[in-house]
Amino acid sequence: MNPARETPTVVYVPRDAAALAVGADAVAEAIRAEAARRALPLQLKRTGSRGLFWLEPLVEVATPQGRIAYGPVQPEDVPGLFAAGFLAGAAHPLRLGVPAALPYLQGQDRLLHARLGVIEPDRVDDYLATGGYRALEQALALEPPELVAQVQRSGLRGRGGAAFPAGIKWDTVRRAPGPTKYVVCNADEGDSGTFADRMVLEGDPFSLIEGMTIAALAVGATQGYVYLRVEYPHAYRTLTAAIELARARGYLGPDVCGSGRAFELEVRVGAGAYVCGEETALLESLEGKRGLVRAKPPLPALAGLFGRPTLVHNVLTLATVPVILAEGAEAYRDYGCGNSRGTLSLQLAGNVRRPGLVEKAFGMSLGELLYDYGGGTASGRPIRAVQVGGPLGAYLSPSHFDLPLDYETFAAAGAMLGHGGIVVFDDTVDMARMARHAFAFCADESCGKCTPCRIGSVRGREALERVLAGGPVEAELALVRELAATMRDASLCALGGMTAYPVLGALEHFPEDFTARARSGRPVQG
Amino acid sequence: MTGERGSMETRDREVPSPLAPLLEAHRSRPGALLPLLHAVQEAVGYVPPAWVPFIAEALDLSRAEVHGVIRFYPHFRQTPPGAHRLVLCRGESCLARGAEELIAQAERLLGVFLGGDTPDGRFSLEGVYCLGLCGCSPAAMLDGQVQGRLTPRGLEAFLAAAQERS
Repeated sequence: MNPARETPTVVYVPRDAAALAVGADAVAEAIRAEAARRALPLQLKRTGSRGLFWLEPLVEVATPQGRIAYGPVQPEDVPGLFAAGFLAGAAHPLRLGVPAALPYLQGQDRLLHARLGVIEPDRVDDYLATGGYRALEQALALEPPELVAQVQRSGLRGRGGAAFPAGIKWDTVRRAPGPTKYVVCNADEGDSGTFADRMVLEGDPFSLIEGMTIAALAVGATQGYVYLRVEYPHAYRTLTAAIELARARGYLGPDVCGSGRAFELEVRVGAGAYVCGEETALLESLEGKRGLVRAKPPLPALAGLFGRPTLVHNVLTLATVPVILAEGAEAYRDYGCGNSRGTLSLQLAGNVRRPGLVEKAFGMSLGELLYDYGGGTASGRPIRAVQVGGPLGAYLSPSHFDLPLDYETFAAAGAMLGHGGIVVFDDTVDMARMARHAFAFCADESCGKCTPCRIGSVRGREALERVLAGGPVEAELALVRELAATMRDASLCALGGMTAYPVLGALEHFPEDFTARARSGRPVQG
Repeated sequence: MTGERGSMETRDREVPSPLAPLLEAHRSRPGALLPLLHAVQEAVGYVPPAWVPFIAEALDLSRAEVHGVIRFYPHFRQTPPGAHRLVLCRGESCLARGAEELIAQAERLLGVFLGGDTPDGRFSLEGVYCLGLCGCSPAAMLDGQVQGRLTPRGLEAFLAAAQERS
C-alpha cells in the first residue's frame, strides 16, 4: 500500500459569514461528497476569510508547493475541479495560485489580519502555532506601567472611529483608584460598509481574547465584557466557543497562565440599537438599561461600567495589542505617517468590483484604494461618490481621491476615517436621497436623550423629503444646513453630531442633485 | 416570591412555567435584564407583555423600566413572530447595490411593509442597518441563514424555499 495515498489532502473552505452568504457550506459539502465518491482521503478545514470577497467562496488546497487557491467556487464546479486534479494544485480556470501572491494581498501590510483565512478559528493550537499568546507571555513578565508605555510608544489610536490615543486611555484607567475595574470590548460594529470586527471575531477570535487579557493586566481589571451586536450570530458562536477553549487551557480564569492573576471574559449581546456602539450608551446597555448616551464627564475611564473605571475599546484596537507586543512598539510605529501610526483596516464595500479587507499602513491615497484594490465599480460605470467612515461619514467626490488615508488629512478635509469603511457609489446614485437616508438613519437610531439629534434628524428628513417631492429648494436647503450645523455643534454624541457629515458632504459636493431637481422636475423614485 | 414587593399583577399568580427557570438563571447576574430578555425571546419568540411584571419583580425593577428597555431595542418583540423571519439589509453598501428595489419587492411579495408580519403568520419582514456582509451586498438573512449577492430572482427563490419548509 502506498502510504502517501493514505495521507488526507487538506482542503480549506472559509466559514466567515460573508463566505457562507455566497454558498461556502454548499461548496464544502460538495467537496466532501465528491472526495467520498472518488474514495480520496480528504480533511476539510474551515477557516475565516482572507477578505477577498469577490473571490468567495475561495477554496484552498495544501500542496507540496504550499496552499493553492481556487475561486469563486460554486458547488457545480467541484466535480470539474477534482477531475482537473485540484487536490494536487493543478490547472483549472478557477485556479488563482498562491494566495499570498495575489496582487490584492501582496500589497497589503497584514499585521493584525495575518491569520484571517489561514487558521481554524476554533483551534488554540493553530493560534499558538502562528505566534499566538507570545505577547501575553511577555506581558506577564512586565509591570503594568511598562505595558502601558509600550502601547503609548506604538502610537496606537482607537480604531472604532474616534481615534483617541489608546495609551492615554490605558494610563487613565490604570491610575484610577478602586479595586474593581473593567475592560469592555465594543463589538457593536454597526456602520454600514464595515466588517473587519466581524472577520476578526469569526476568523481570529483568540487575538481579541489575548488583547483583552493584556489590557486587563495593564489597567488592573479582572472582568471583561464583549458587547456584540445581535446581527452577528456567527461571530457570537465562534467567540463564545473560543472563550471556553481559552478558559479550558488556562488563558482565562482565576489564574491566567499560572500567574496568579485573574481575568474572566463574558459576551453580552446587543439588541439592534446602533447608538449602543457609542461607548457610554454601550455601558448603559451592558448595565441592562436603555442605551441612552451619558453626558461626559465623567469619562468611562474613571466612572464607566457600574460606575467603575473602565477601558472601552473597539475589537480592532484590542486585537492589535498582541501585534504591538510581539512585533515591538517601535516596529509597529514605523508603519504609517504623521500622527496616524500602524496599519488601518480598510473595508471596501458597495458598488465596487473587488470588495474586501485591505490592511495597509496609513498614508495610501483614497484613489489607490478605490482603483488599484477596488478595481472601480462593479457596475462598470464611473465612481461618482464614496462614503468614508460609515453612515456618519462624509460623501466625497472624485476630486478627493488624492487624499492620503490618515486621520488628520481627512479631518482637515471635513471628513473622517472612522472605522475604515468605504462605500462606493456609481453615477446612478441620487445624492439627495442619500442625504435623506442619513437623516432617516439618525432619526431611527437616535436614543432620544438630546434634542438636536432627536428632533433635528426628523425635521431634516422631512425637509429633504419636500425637496425630493419637488418643493422649494433654497428655503429647504437653508433649513437643512441650519439643522445639520445645530446637530453637529449641540448633540450629546457622535450620532447626532456627525450626521452633518454625510448631509453637508452631499450638499457641498453634489449640489446639482438637489437644485436640478426642482428645475427639471426629476421624478422621485420610491 | 416576596409578598411585600409583589405587584397587583404578580401577588396571587404563579410565575409562568417557561419563565421560572430563566429568571433563576439570570436574576443574580450584573446587568441581567438584556440577557434575560434575550433568553425569553429565544425560548418563546417574543417577550409576552404578561411576563413583564414577573421580570420586573425578579430583577427589582419597575415594570416601566422593563417595558422601556423592551421598547427601546428594535430586536425585542412583544408579539409572536411569523414562522419565518426575513431580514433585509438597508445599509449604504446594500443601497449602493440595489437594496431599495429588493425591499420594495419583498414588501410586494409578502404584502407587508418592513417591520410588519404577514396576516397568515408566515413571515416577519424586518429591515436592518447592516448585517456586516458588505463584501457581498446586497445581503439578507432568512431564519438565521445569510444570503449575499441577492438578486430579485434570488429573493423570490429564497422566499419560495422558506414557504416549502413551513
